[in-house]
Amino acid sequence: MNWFPVWRRNFLVWKKLILPSLIGNLGDPVFYLLGMGYGLGGLLPTVDGVPYLNFLAVGTACYSVMNSATFEALYSAFSRMHVQRTWEAILNTPLGLRDVLMGELLWATSKSMLSGTAIMLVIWVMGLYADFSLTLLLIPVVVLTGFCFSGIALAVNSVSPNYDFFIYYFTLAITPMVLLGGVFYPPSALPVWMTAIAAWLPLTHAIDLARPLALGRLPAMAWLHVLALLAYGIAGFMAALVLTRRRLLR
Amino acid sequence: MPAALQLKGLTKRYGGVAVVDGLDLELERGLCHGLLGPNGAGKTTTLRLSLGLIEADAGTVNLLGHVLPSGSGEARRHVGVVPQNDSLDPDFTVRENLITYGRYFGLRTGTIVGRIPELLAFAGLEGKADSPIQSLSGGMKRRLTLARALINDPEMVFLDEPTTGLDPQARHLIWQGLRRLINQGKTLLLTTHFMEEAERLCDAISIIDHGRLIVRGSPRELIKGHIEPNVVEVYGEGLEDWESHASACCQRIETAGETRFCYTGDPQRVISELEGRPGLHYLHRPANLEDVFLKLTGRDPRD
Repeated sequence: MNWFPVWRRNFLVWKKLILPSLIGNLGDPVFYLLGMGYGLGGLLPTVDGVPYLNFLAVGTACYSVMNSATFEALYSAFSRMHVQRTWEAILNTPLGLRDVLMGELLWATSKSMLSGTAIMLVIWVMGLYADFSLTLLLIPVVVLTGFCFSGIALAVNSVSPNYDFFIYYFTLAITPMVLLGGVFYPPSALPVWMTAIAAWLPLTHAIDLARPLALGRLPAMAWLHVLALLAYGIAGFMAALVLTRRRLLR
Repeated sequence: MPAALQLKGLTKRYGGVAVVDGLDLELERGLCHGLLGPNGAGKTTTLRLSLGLIEADAGTVNLLGHVLPSGSGEARRHVGVVPQNDSLDPDFTVRENLITYGRYFGLRTGTIVGRIPELLAFAGLEGKADSPIQSLSGGMKRRLTLARALINDPEMVFLDEPTTGLDPQARHLIWQGLRRLINQGKTLLLTTHFMEEAERLCDAISIIDHGRLIVRGSPRELIKGHIEPNVVEVYGEGLEDWESHASACCQRIETAGETRFCYTGDPQRVISELEGRPGLHYLHRPANLEDVFLKLTGRDPRD
């Protein structure tokens, strides 16, 4: 539990800036979902046997969890590591780098859960599901997805010389993931070679877990997706630990 | 009583270059220790090794009875650190900064809150508890950083250039604070580029260069043992001509920029040699720690 004071520090800052933070984290994905869901959905027949809004909602949940975990563990963590020297200050106390990174990982995960929860509320309130009890299983999926992308982002953060470096990650990893992973349309619409790539992407695994749950089925090969998300997250965190140590403590 | 900090054969290499090179140092408890050296001498690396933030390539560190790096977390529980760079939390008020920092030591919020008035009084920041960090001056921020380092009531405080960048008024306030800590019996380890600061505050000075200890002693011992007692600084028109006459009565002449430093045991002779040379200006003063420092580490600029 050594990580807890680090988590708590970030929570305290967040609490002070709660209004812009909530609007950014909750408002954005909800507006997107409703606009695209109705606007685009009006032009479409059903997708995967459900109205487009239902199809899109669960994709948006995963997408916004990924986004908010990524932003927190990239931009905000970079500010604390590099600009404000917050980590440096913490490392002068009994806490070690593992505690700092664990606190950051769990904080980014917590914050991403908030974005996920906002979309879940829309799903629940608007009844965009087939079986309510199955949608409860979306909660651990959201947590796992947030954990996975927080871990990866901390690894990217550890090798970033400046904020501009994040463009590489967003353009070369996040954007293709959004387009291939099945947020806006079923990946089956894509050419085979693209779906082959998509099968390896963490966002695809998250959506392959989440979407069936919203549409009223248990996901096929759920263990594989869970393991993949865990593996990406843990690998990211371990890499972040080694690379940040090399960066700050050598 | 064992030493507060004991370094034995400490070595740290970066890219094959030894930045700290077999350093031996033993700091007695309850004293203020100055660690001096030109830029790149290995001061900051020595501090980071001593805190267990980085691992040595060779040698051992014992901090407050704990063997590092394995005991570094436990050792740092009893240490305060004032880093060179500002690392206060800009999103927090003064009080929130102290509370958050105290929690990193595992202290209960109630315990920390109870200590805050005393710490703010120490730092001369009474009435500032709810001020945002951005509203503080540079001197106030540094004093708050010092107060923050005391949140765990440490036995030993590390200070890396605590007064760099401060105006003279602010520097005197920091000195006053450090003096009080020394009087409370805390052990201080201080790096600084201000020789006056080290001379004023420190009981023992260690001068290092190229990662090695050059000399160690009290400021008075160092001045007495390593340098002539008087200095006459001379500059102005006709310096060369004066130098050719005066060199006989100076034990040593050094040049820094356009000034000659004449080190001598007989300043009256040097001064009489200056009379009748209206173009020259001079300053006669007792030798100080800066003269020792420059003699031992050279006058060439380091970067």
